[in-house]
Amino acid sequence: MQKKTKLITMSNAINEALHFSMKKDKNLLCFGLGTTDPKGIFSTTINLEKKFGKDRVFDVPASENALTGISVGLSLEKIRSVVSHQRLDFFLLAMDQLVNNAAKWYFTFSQPVPITIRLIIGRGWGQGPTHSQNLHSWFAHIPGLKVVIPSNPRDAKDLLISSIFDPNPVIFIEHRWLHEMEGNINKKTEIKKLDNLGKCKIIEKGNKLTIVASSYLVHEARIALRYLKKFKIDCELIDLRVIKPLDWKTIEKSVKKTGNLLVLDTGSDTLSFASEIISSISIRLFQYLKNPPVKLTMPDIPEPASYGLTKGFYIRPKNIAEKIIKILNIKDGNILKLIQKEPNPHDIPGSWFKGPF
Amino acid sequence: MKKNSLISIWKNIFRIRYVEEKIAKEYYKGEMRCPTHLSIGQEAVPSVLDQFIQKTDLAVSGHRAHAHYLAKGGDLKKMLCEIFGKENGCAKGRGGSMHLIDRSVGFAGSTAIVANSIPIGVGIALAKKLKKKKDIVIIYFGDGAIEEGAFYESINFAILKKLPVFFICENNFYSVYTPLKYRQPKDRKIHKMVKGLGCPVFSTDGNDPFKIYEKISAAVKKIRSGKGPIFGEFYTYRHREHCGPNFDDNLNYRPKNDLKYWLEKDPLISLEKKIKKKKMIFLNMKNEKQKIINEVNEAFKFARKSKYPSYKITTRDIYAKKN
Ligand SMILES: Cc1ncc(C[n+]2csc(CCOP(=O)(O)OP(=O)(O)O)c2C)c(N)n1
Ligand SMILES: [Mg+2]
Repeated sequence: MQKKTKLITMSNAINEALHFSMKKDKNLLCFGLGTTDPKGIFSTTINLEKKFGKDRVFDVPASENALTGISVGLSLEKIRSVVSHQRLDFFLLAMDQLVNNAAKWYFTFSQPVPITIRLIIGRGWGQGPTHSQNLHSWFAHIPGLKVVIPSNPRDAKDLLISSIFDPNPVIFIEHRWLHEMEGNINKKTEIKKLDNLGKCKIIEKGNKLTIVASSYLVHEARIALRYLKKFKIDCELIDLRVIKPLDWKTIEKSVKKTGNLLVLDTGSDTLSFASEIISSISIRLFQYLKNPPVKLTMPDIPEPASYGLTKGFYIRPKNIAEKIIKILNIKDGNILKLIQKEPNPHDIPGSWFKGPF
Repeated sequence: MKKNSLISIWKNIFRIRYVEEKIAKEYYKGEMRCPTHLSIGQEAVPSVLDQFIQKTDLAVSGHRAHAHYLAKGGDLKKMLCEIFGKENGCAKGRGGSMHLIDRSVGFAGSTAIVANSIPIGVGIALAKKLKKKKDIVIIYFGDGAIEEGAFYESINFAILKKLPVFFICENNFYSVYTPLKYRQPKDRKIHKMVKGLGCPVFSTDGNDPFKIYEKISAAVKKIRSGKGPIFGEFYTYRHREHCGPNFDDNLNYRPKNDLKYWLEKDPLISLEKKIKKKKMIFLNMKNEKQKIINEVNEAFKFARKSKYPSYKITTRDIYAKKN
């Protein structure tokens, strides 16, 4: 029997989603800085122009704000677009068109605005304070936007397709450190409704504690859990996948079962998405909680560029395991002895990364 | 141009080139771990401008700022330490190659988002005017920055308030891999459009120190006299990839003829040729070169020897305590 799945990198999965969607919707446009250049936005937009032509796939001036508004205007004429930005930070120039138009148009004028905005988050290799910001909670704070944060190739492909065919503005956030990560995706491609597909996913089943994570941290949490399993500490790991609208049910069900909650977040601490989860769960499920919920977030500090300053800066499996052990009040001091330390070098996702961004 | 000026311009260009080439040559070692945009091929404009400005004149720039910083007199060791991520970097290792600053010589900062420092420069210029200073502000940016709203909003304000700003657009015809013709109307010249906004403008060959000298000399004088901003468009070309140490013309994104044309107009080589042709053997070039090479090598050694910042960053590092 032929296998129904295939192994593929996340950037290739995104590329497949774009090819599929452009074929399905003959009006769909794909644009953004670098879309048609030889590097094709970290290989995600490769061959689109060749296949679908210059009218539908094109590079643009460095005009993030206007182009966001332009994608809104296009959508009002029933032309959807995917607009890509090589860093989330560059898209900050577009806050007016995003927040005041894209997010508000349907509310005020009852006209849908189907646009998908791809934002890539940088980390390490001296990205520094303005090439590494994890601002997903900002976008989730704006009524009218949907926010998708895939952690693996399968979700990246399926959720991107769902985002593109959703009748609303969707912010689709890709962590740069995930682009070369491989995973299995279904060979068969179909369009599913984002609201149905975009549920939280239980990555590991467990009974002692619920861990909620997204994006790159799902992988760090898995390493921590695999390690702790050897000590019979079994936790449940939930991948958020879509943070707005959020599938509260899956999280609540899990917390009711475990009575313990740890939330991981790539964003900085104050008003983080982790804070939102903890506050809502505490309000709703106070009586189920055996211990105070805990969040493990990035500090309220911009990411520095220096190799020296990013040492120990990120959330690693060891930090996650430490929190778990503390929440569960496990006293055995030897448990953490062998857990993987921060890799050396710590500022690249793997040897495939050759810089410079 | 006076002999002394020519010598000093040549020295600037050679020094910047040597620094950048050395960064390129050694980047592969993995010690300079940050996105790095080299100025090789684009050294001439800041090297000439140096003749007409003082430390009290302030400059801001963008992602490709090494040449601007060095020509303004920015501390070489501190720049290299920043690129190496060391504690005595000009931004304490927090910013990397795209975040340079040396207030002691009037380099007020470079930032990493396209067009992002243009309004900052205009703000500094407004302050200079309010304080009734004769200083001017230099704002460096590329042809890509012209496409951002911040550019128009800022230059409009500078014209409106007659601010002492020298807008310097280094047009290298590309934004990353994307040629100008995919980003701006083909028959429109940037400086002509800006003229339409109401700003005095000029354009010139940004690789020819003699032409640059003439244009800049007049422009700076005029800006200093309080008549408002001037916009200069300088045509130039980067030799290597947009970001990083390598050549990337194997990707065929730039016409071979253009490339050949501009490589022949290499500001360093063509200036040295001119110097020789004019029999202006005014200095022992070899000696001078060696002095610069020694200084740069020394600075690299210093950066390598310097320590990484070892403290843990806290909120203490993000809020000021006093003015
Ligand atoms: C707002 C924003 N958009 C995109 C980028 C990515 N980016 C970095 S440099 C650059 C090219 C800018 O071209 P230009 O202004 O001509 O400068 P050059 O690199 O040619 O010196 C781009 C698009 C960015 N840093 N900021
Ligand atoms: Mg350019």
